[in-house]
Amino acid sequence: MSVLEQDVQTMPTGWRGFKKGNWTHKVNVNDFIERNIRPYLGDEGFLQGPTDDTTELWKIVSDLTKKERENGGVLDVDVHTPSTILSHGPGYLDKDKEQIVGVQTDAPFKRSIQPFGGIRMMVDACKAYGFELPQELIDLFTNIRKTHNQGVFDAYTTEMRAARKAGIITGLPDAYGRGRIIGDYRRVALYGVDFLVAQKKQELLELEVDAMEEDVIRLREELSEQIRALGELKRMAEMHGYDISKPAQNAKEAFQWLYFGYLAAIKEQNGAAMSLGRVSSFLDIYIERDLEEGTLTETQAQELVDHFVMKLRIVKFLRTPDYNELFSGDPTWVTESIGGMSVNGQTRVTKNSFRFLHTLYNLGPAPEPNLTVLWSEKLPEAFKKYCAKVSIETSSIQYENDDLMRPIYGDDYGIACCVSAMRIGKQMQFFGARANLAKCLLYAINGGVDEKSGAQVGPEYPAITSEVLSYDEVVKRLKPMMEWLAKLYMNSLNVIHYMHDKYCYERIEMALHDRDILRTMACGIAGLSVAADSLSAIKHAKVRPVRNEQGIAVDFEIEGEYPCYGNNDDRVDQIAVWLVETFMSMIRKHKAYRNALPTQSILTITSNVVYGKKTGTTPDGRKAGEPFAPGANPMHGRDKKGALASLSSVAKLPYEESLDGISNTFSIVPKALGKEPETRKSNLVSMLDGYFGSKAHHLNVNVFDREQLIDAMEHPENYPQLTIRVSGYAVNFVKLTREQQLDVINRTFHGSM
Amino acid sequence: METFGTVDGPGIRFVLFMQGCLLKCQYCHNPDTWALDGGKEMTVEEALSEIEPYLPYYRASGGGLTVSGGEPTLQSHFVAELFQEAKKRWNLHTALDSNGFNEAERIRRLLDVTDLVLLDIKHIDDAKHIRLTGKSNERTLQTAKWLSEHGRSMWIRHVYVPGIHDDEEDLLRLGRFIGTLRGVEKFEILPYHQMGVYKWEALGKTYPLHGVPSPTDDEVERAYRLIEAGRKQTGTG
Repeated sequence: MSVLEQDVQTMPTGWRGFKKGNWTHKVNVNDFIERNIRPYLGDEGFLQGPTDDTTELWKIVSDLTKKERENGGVLDVDVHTPSTILSHGPGYLDKDKEQIVGVQTDAPFKRSIQPFGGIRMMVDACKAYGFELPQELIDLFTNIRKTHNQGVFDAYTTEMRAARKAGIITGLPDAYGRGRIIGDYRRVALYGVDFLVAQKKQELLELEVDAMEEDVIRLREELSEQIRALGELKRMAEMHGYDISKPAQNAKEAFQWLYFGYLAAIKEQNGAAMSLGRVSSFLDIYIERDLEEGTLTETQAQELVDHFVMKLRIVKFLRTPDYNELFSGDPTWVTESIGGMSVNGQTRVTKNSFRFLHTLYNLGPAPEPNLTVLWSEKLPEAFKKYCAKVSIETSSIQYENDDLMRPIYGDDYGIACCVSAMRIGKQMQFFGARANLAKCLLYAINGGVDEKSGAQVGPEYPAITSEVLSYDEVVKRLKPMMEWLAKLYMNSLNVIHYMHDKYCYERIEMALHDRDILRTMACGIAGLSVAADSLSAIKHAKVRPVRNEQGIAVDFEIEGEYPCYGNNDDRVDQIAVWLVETFMSMIRKHKAYRNALPTQSILTITSNVVYGKKTGTTPDGRKAGEPFAPGANPMHGRDKKGALASLSSVAKLPYEESLDGISNTFSIVPKALGKEPETRKSNLVSMLDGYFGSKAHHLNVNVFDREQLIDAMEHPENYPQLTIRVSGYAVNFVKLTREQQLDVINRTFHGSM
Repeated sequence: METFGTVDGPGIRFVLFMQGCLLKCQYCHNPDTWALDGGKEMTVEEALSEIEPYLPYYRASGGGLTVSGGEPTLQSHFVAELFQEAKKRWNLHTALDSNGFNEAERIRRLLDVTDLVLLDIKHIDDAKHIRLTGKSNERTLQTAKWLSEHGRSMWIRHVYVPGIHDDEEDLLRLGRFIGTLRGVEKFEILPYHQMGVYKWEALGKTYPLHGVPSPTDDEVERAYRLIEAGRKQTGTG
C-alpha cells in the first residue's frame, strides 16, 4: 500500500480537502492555518444581513438584557450548584433557531456560583443582588474545601496586606479568578477530543522520569487533571447531543466544537478576562470548504458567525459590585484577535474577518466580544477601510500593532484581556493588576507615610522637608521607593499565583496548551501620566508642598508653567519613558514564581477612577480623589496640540519595556475626522498607519460627540447598546457608574471646540 | 496650531493659525485672532520643527500644511518662507486659508509656493459684504479672478448665516460668479455656528449675531442647489 493510499484510509473525514503537513501528526494549529488559509483582499460587498432566526434570537437576548437591567444587574442565580464543566445541563434561547448551542447554566442569563477563587466574593455577590448562598455551601468552601483566596491570605505578609489596603497595589487577583489565559479552543474543532487526550497521555508518559521533584510532580498532577477535564468536555458536548471525539466535519461543527471548548472554560473559571484567541480566520477555512462543496451559502455562513457571537455576548459571571466598580460594566473580555499578517508575508485577513466585524451591524454594537484588529501597514486596503468605517459607526473596535508584535510572538498570537499578547496554546500569563506610581511618588516625598491614612505603609525613608521641591532630591528619594514597591509587588504576585495554581487551576484551558509553555509575570503600572507630569512640574515650575500638622504633603502650590505629557514635548515625555524603563528594570531584579518572565503593562482598564480616589493631591495639580488618566493616556485636557501630538507622546513609550501592553484610548468627534464619509475613513486609516508606523502599541478608537454621551447619561433607556471603548476593552455606556460616565465625558475629545 | 486638521484642505494637515485680520466678520468664531499684536512669535525654523514629527501622517493621507488665521497673508513673507522650506525639505502640499483681501500681485511670492487657496467669499453682494465685514468684496473677487487666470487651484468657501445669506438672487449670483472661474476644485458651504460666542464675550465685545440660529440641513441643501444652478448658467466646467 502506498503512503498516499494509507493516508486516504486513515485521514479523518473531518480533514478532507485540507492540505496536509506537520499539523496532521502533532497538534499545530498554526501550520494548519498557514497551509489552508484563503486570504481575502476584496471589500465588504459580499456580506449578508441577519436571517429571521438571527433577528428573533437577538430579540430574546435584548429582552433578557432589559429584564436584567431592571432587576438591578443580575437576572437569576443558581445558588445551589457550584459551576463545573458538567454542573449544569443544556440551556437554550430557542433551541429550534439556534445554530450554535450552549450557555453556562441550564438557562441563559442565569448566573452560576464559582467559589474556587474565593467564597467571600460569592457570598457578597449573591447578597448584593438579592440572593442568598446556602449555609452548607459556605461551610463547605470555608471548612472543607479551601479556596484560592484563603490560600493567598494564609501566606500574605503584614506589609503586603498594608500595601493592598492603602491602594499602592490594587486590583490583585487574590479573591477572584486571575483569567488572562487563552485556551487554544481551535484544537477541539481541528482534532476532536480523542486526539488531544492521546497527546496529553503521551506527555504524561514522557514524564516518568528518574527524579520525582516538585516541578515534575506538579506537572504530572496538572496533566492528569487536564486529561480528566477533556473527558468532561466530551461529556458536556454529549449532553447537548454532540459527539466531539473526532474532528469537526463542517463549518457548523467547527464553530460548535470550538465554542464547546470555550464554554467548558467559562463554566470552570470566572477569570478576570476570559479571552477567545484568534479564531475567525481559522473558522474561515471550514466555511470556504463548505462553500466550495455547496453545502453552505454566504447567508448561512454569516448566520453561524452571528449565532456564535451572540453566545459570546451573553457570557455572564457573578461578581460583586466592587469588582464592577474596578472593571466597569460587567466585562468578560471575550477578546477575539482579527487580521494581522503571516510571517511569510501574506495576510491573515479572510472573509470571516469581515463577517465578525459585520456582527456589529447584524446584532448592533456591543462591548463583547472585544473585537481587536491586529493592524499592519500591509493589511489589505479594503479591510483597513472597512475597519475604519466600523469604528466610525460603532466605536466598538480596538487596534493593536501587528508589525510590532509579530517579530516577538510570531503569527499565531492573540490578545488576552485588553493588550496582553501571547502565543496561542504556547504561552500564558500570571495576571498582576498594577502598582500605583503616582502614590509611590507621594510616598517618596512623605517618607513612606500614606498621604490619606497617615500610616507608615512604605519603608521609613527620610521625608523631603524643603520648602520648594527639587527635582534631583525627589528623584533620589523616588528610586529607592520604587525599588521597594517593585519587590513587594513581585512577591505578592508570587504568593497569588502559587495559590491560584494550587486551588483554582485552569484545567480545561491548560489542556488546550502545549505541555511546556512560556509564562510571563504580568506586572503593571497606573498613574503614569500623573507621575510624569508631577516630575515635570517639579523640574520646570516651582512646586511648594503644603504640609499638614503630621508633616505630610497634602497639597501642592505650583508657580509657573510646565510641559505636560501629551504634547510631544521631550522635556516631559522622556520622564514618562524613564519611569517605564526604570520600573521595569526594578521588576526584573526579582525572581518570579515558576520562572515566569517578568513583564509590565501600562493599562488601568477603568480602575483609573478607583486609583484616583485612593490617591491624595499630586504635584502636577491633580486634586485628591480625582481620577487618573486611563492607561498610558495623557491627563484629560492637558494635551493641547491636537490629536497627533497626543498620539506621538504615547508612541514614545518603549514596547520592549512594557511587553504586556501600552493602552491608549482615543476619542474624536466625527466631524474632526473630515467632512465626507469617504474622507473620514481614509483619514482614520492614515492616522492608524502613522501611529503604528511610529511603533505605538495600542489604540482604542471612539468616534462620537460629547453631547451624545451626556444625553445617554440622562436617558439610558434610549441607548441600550451604546458602546464605547475604554482602556483596552469596550463597555455598555449605560452600565457604567455615574462617576465613571463623568470621567469618560471629561476626557479629551479631539476636535471639539 | 492643530496637528490633526482634516477640514482645511485634503487629507490630514498641520494647521497653523496666524494672528491678525483686517475684516471684522460678524460671525467670526475666532475674534481673538483679529488683533495685529498678540499671539506667539515663532521663527520659520520653529514652525517647521513642530510639523516634522507628523510628516508620515500627512504623507500617508495625501495631506499637508495649511496656514489659516486670522488672515495669513498679512504675514505673507513668513508664510512664503515657511511654504518654500516645507516644499524644499519634504515636498509637502501647502494650502492657504485666506479672505482674498490682500492683492494677489502683492503676495505673488507666497502664491507661487501655495498649492491650494481656500478662498472665503463672505458675501457676493457688495453692500451686504460691507455690512457684514466692514469692507468691500471687490478685492476678494479680484483675487479669485487672478487665481483663475493664473491656473491656480482653489476651494471656494462660503459661510452661511440665516437671514444674511438666504436671498435667492444672491445665491444664484454667487453661483454665476463661481461658474466663471477655472480651477475651483471644491465649493463648500460652512454652516454658521455659535461656538465662537464665548470668545466675543471674553474679549468684552458685543456679539452682533446674538440669537441667530444655525441653518437647518434643508436651508443648506437649498443654498447648494441655488448656487449649483447659478454655476450652470455661466459654467465652463
